[in-house]
Amino acid sequence: MNGKEKKGIFGFLLDDRHRTRTISYTMVIAAYIILEVMLKTGSLSSLLTGLLVPATCYLVAAIGLNLNVGVSGELNLGQAGFMAVGAFSGVCVSGLLANSLPPVARLILAILIGMVLTAFVGFLIGIPVLKLQGDYLAIVTLAFGQIVMNLIMNLYVAFDSTGLKVSFVESKFKLEQGGKYLINGPMGATGTQRIANFTTGTILVLFALVVVYNLLYSRNGRAIMAARDNRIAAEAVGIDIAKTKMMAFVISAALAGAAGALYGLNYSTMVASKFDYNTSILILVYVVLGGLGNFNGTLIATVVLFLLPQLLRSLQDYRMLIYAIILILIMLITNNEFLKTKAASLRRKKA
Amino acid sequence: MRFLSNLINGLGLGSVYAIIALGYTMVYGIAKMLNFAHGDVIMIGAYIAFFALTRFGLPLIPGILVAIACCTLLGVIIERLAYKPLRQATSLSVLITAIGVSYFLQNGAQLLWSANPKVFPSIISNGALHLGALSISYLTLITIGTCIIVMIALTLFINRTKTGSAMRACSEDKGAARLMGINVNGIISLTFAIGSGLAAIAAVLLCANYPTVTPTLGSMPGIKAFTAAVFGGIGSIPGALLGGLLLGIIEILSKAYISTQLSDVIVFGVLIIILLVKPAGLLGKNVREKV
Repeated sequence: MNGKEKKGIFGFLLDDRHRTRTISYTMVIAAYIILEVMLKTGSLSSLLTGLLVPATCYLVAAIGLNLNVGVSGELNLGQAGFMAVGAFSGVCVSGLLANSLPPVARLILAILIGMVLTAFVGFLIGIPVLKLQGDYLAIVTLAFGQIVMNLIMNLYVAFDSTGLKVSFVESKFKLEQGGKYLINGPMGATGTQRIANFTTGTILVLFALVVVYNLLYSRNGRAIMAARDNRIAAEAVGIDIAKTKMMAFVISAALAGAAGALYGLNYSTMVASKFDYNTSILILVYVVLGGLGNFNGTLIATVVLFLLPQLLRSLQDYRMLIYAIILILIMLITNNEFLKTKAASLRRKKA
Repeated sequence: MRFLSNLINGLGLGSVYAIIALGYTMVYGIAKMLNFAHGDVIMIGAYIAFFALTRFGLPLIPGILVAIACCTLLGVIIERLAYKPLRQATSLSVLITAIGVSYFLQNGAQLLWSANPKVFPSIISNGALHLGALSISYLTLITIGTCIIVMIALTLFINRTKTGSAMRACSEDKGAARLMGINVNGIISLTFAIGSGLAAIAAVLLCANYPTVTPTLGSMPGIKAFTAAVFGGIGSIPGALLGGLLLGIIEILSKAYISTQLSDVIVFGVLIIILLVKPAGLLGKNVREKV
């Protein structure tokens, strides 16, 4: 490969360093163009149209989680908690500015604030979490996810002419005339303007991919992977383990927050219990089935597994049962020793 | 006095958590996997006990025995079909498979028995034991008593029998255990059988305390008990007991004195603090990493 000279733009895009990302970007943009055309010509069913934005949200959250689980090697069972932070802060921002900004600017601002706030929360949570390792780290992220969800379920945010009011547990405040609840405890956020759209979602997916790929092929990215593969060796060559792990954790959280903000603004009502531990597990399933550290895999697995229950809709009550069976079978087949040796021998023949 | 009765209620709830946590911790100790489907085995146990007691009109003890037998069988079948082929796979693959099994059981139960909650018959008289101003319901006493019996039986089994020492050997070093002529696969199956049998006992106790049976009945107690197992040091049997009891007490006390809605926040918050101080749990072994 060394003798190969770069041949213009295609040579650059398809060389060893860039091939994977070129494939990722191409897949996303191609899917976007096809779906947009189908939308414009009206050949997309209303069911599928409604799934476009949520699909991009899960894609972004899954890309973030893959950075944490696949690249940094820390099992995180609380990704939905970060999505919840992003969703509810995004809903609040959009609700507050409902009369002062056009929808597109509001959406972008909501996503940005959701992302920054979630990154901050991720940093705070990361300080204790990253002191632990392995299964203990996993259980603590699960615990944090549950804590975040429960706190938001008991959070009351409202605003009126006197300003913004925030309270936990009970809504003690009296609202002035024209006041409005942004988050109403267990009822969640209601009456949100649905300003999320597929184009923003696609741009967010591309943004997530750009962030992750640029990190991956940088000095920091190599440090993260070194810390995953051999903690002690990485420490011995002078890598700051705490810093690299934190970087992956915070970026992963920030992407989940951005995804959450978009998700929250796609529905008129949003309850915190939507972001429970099952949602975290769902995203983890996308990441693991797509292949740890493989972002093209994440893209494909997320789309397929997100759509699978919807495509199985004709089977009605049996669809989740079949989904479960498919999940188990994929794991059993991909880990089958006989098939593994077969695949390895095939690969050797090719080489 | 109110504090004391809350404490005893906490012990009652903690006993249920402890019995579930035993299932998690034993499987983790031997198979080194987080069995996410354990909570759903509890749910299946609850349904079987429900049908045995109501539709088939069995008396209490045989009804419970039927539930235990079915759950034991279910645990062994799950292990054979879903986990055994993955002995050599990464722990994440096994985790995803366990999640798949959990989905399967939940949705299977929903198909078979619908999502409508079923009311579990009251199996223990509503009376209470009065000690001066303190009154303890018989139900709480029986729950705590069951937990003590289970713990003693399990400790004796693990420490005094040949099979028990084989189990300890497997959790210590599977390769060496195999060289000593221990049937490691058999021991893993046995562990799943015991854990699932305990899940059935926990199911009956859980439903006696909270008498509604739904397909998602097992998930929250499952997560809590899993937390309890980690709390006490996963892999350690006395740790599961201690973790379960502490978790139950913290939950009941924070419900009684701080906030009902925020009790889960407090439970998980305490878990995080404990793990920061003792990273391997209260009674877990802190394994030093060698270079």
